[in-house]
Amino acid sequence: MKKNIYALVDCNNFYVSCERVFHASIQNKPVIVLSNNDGCVIARSNEAKKLGIKMGQPVFECEELIKKHNIRVFSSNYSLYADMSARVMNVLAQFSPRVEVYSIDEAFLDLSELNIDDLTDFGHVTKARVLQLTGIPVSVGIASTKTLCKIANETVKKDTHHDGVLDLTTLSDQAMDELLSNVAIEDVWGIGYKYSLFLMNHGILHAKDLKYADEKWIRRYLTVVGERTVLELRGTACIPLETQRPAKKGIMCSKSFGRDVTRLEELEEVVATYTARAAEKLRSQDSLASCITVFVRTNAFKKDSPQYSNSFSLRIPYPTAFTPELIRYALNALKAMYKDGYNYKKAGVYLTKIVPREGIQPDLFSEFSLYNYYRQARLMHIVDAINKIYGRDTLFFAVQGITRSWKMRQSRLSARFTTQWSEILTI
Amino acid sequence: MNDYRVSLFLWRVPCGFPSPADDYVEAPLDLNELVIAHPAATFYVRVSGDSMKNAAICDGDIIVVDRAQDPGNNSVVMAYLNGEFTVKRLSQQEDAAYLVPENPLYPSIRVDDTADFYVWGVVTYCIHKVV
Repeated sequence: MKKNIYALVDCNNFYVSCERVFHASIQNKPVIVLSNNDGCVIARSNEAKKLGIKMGQPVFECEELIKKHNIRVFSSNYSLYADMSARVMNVLAQFSPRVEVYSIDEAFLDLSELNIDDLTDFGHVTKARVLQLTGIPVSVGIASTKTLCKIANETVKKDTHHDGVLDLTTLSDQAMDELLSNVAIEDVWGIGYKYSLFLMNHGILHAKDLKYADEKWIRRYLTVVGERTVLELRGTACIPLETQRPAKKGIMCSKSFGRDVTRLEELEEVVATYTARAAEKLRSQDSLASCITVFVRTNAFKKDSPQYSNSFSLRIPYPTAFTPELIRYALNALKAMYKDGYNYKKAGVYLTKIVPREGIQPDLFSEFSLYNYYRQARLMHIVDAINKIYGRDTLFFAVQGITRSWKMRQSRLSARFTTQWSEILTI
Repeated sequence: MNDYRVSLFLWRVPCGFPSPADDYVEAPLDLNELVIAHPAATFYVRVSGDSMKNAAICDGDIIVVDRAQDPGNNSVVMAYLNGEFTVKRLSQQEDAAYLVPENPLYPSIRVDDTADFYVWGVVTYCIHKVV
């Protein structure tokens, strides 16, 4: 049987790298990117890592370091990152007919059928090409299974002498075991935090220990998922490439607010806006939902103010992707649990019981009719099309509010250099 | 990536004769086809200043920058030099590379070995508003 060969291409400090493509002044400077609402650090340049800024650290803890070392700070600019990601994936598709876009900044390439003589050389060519075409630096890990690719990539990032590319397929068994004995068990792909604690209690501390663990025992305690990881560490590919992303079973839109919100009318704007966003996502994957959950909560960090959090779910009698309908249910859910006198900080809308559009069942007895369904679908199609051409929220529902002063803070947002004519780079 | 054509209204003819042109319908011309050779590597950048005006790149114009092309000698490039982006003609001379403006009022810039320098992309088209 032919040996499987995969490459994992991972963008280095992706959000920071995107900003660097367009900002000449931050090339070798420490840079960080903040999460939604400018709360925590979610991407760091190597220079910022060296200064001791941690992943996920709240930004107020870093203010001193930021000032002292003149660290450049950006709000997350997802319009830019999504476009740059699409460009990177587009380049990678030129290197293999089978690509799995694993996340916004990572992709697996199936190289099994390509008969490549020198995989390390292939890795360097890929890396150079992505850098030239998009400006994004990447690391490449090559191995016979996806789990080993992940390990190759982590190793590359820690050890600069690999120059960004590591091929594990040519390693001797001994060298491979040596490498695996340096990988902590919690860093193995697919081993969650809870499983890693369990394994450590049983003396399995490193990837190498897991590789040689009894698979029957692993299967019993870690289920078939754990057993697959053991086999993958041994070099047998068990996790196939997912070239088609499965449709999401739940669609969530949840964000904290830029300031505290107390009035019901304002929360209604929030919930309607989040519902509209979720409905948009629902339609973009050609699905309908028949259950909606709304949640609200106060700021848990403000210990001295009264705390309240709640969620409320409603079944919708028939699946729908019609925004006004979803908003109506969402607002009912909100009213059912809203309590006066609290400072709300976050809300979310979660759509579940999702079915593909082809699967809709007309119902003789309910208000669902195909005639209405197609009218609604056509209206939403036109709204989505207009918003796609002229920008998000060109058309929106009045209940979403106009000023939306509760919107999240993104005070250090860079321009949408690749998706808005009015914001392209000027030099 | 650059294709946002969405049919909002399809032409509907409830009755009457079919058009004799139906069999000859072709897609309308798309400017993207002309100016974009490598969609993943093409960016638009607005130019300020008149240092390239003799190369027909004027203040306020939008240039099309293709990162997939290798810069040849005398290509017009967008370059990074010592913390700034600039558009100039790249000229490889015996002693060093130079970034040469297309306007006699500006000096050429010598790119010496110590410079922090790279070519960001090659300028392939310039969009200039006439009216």
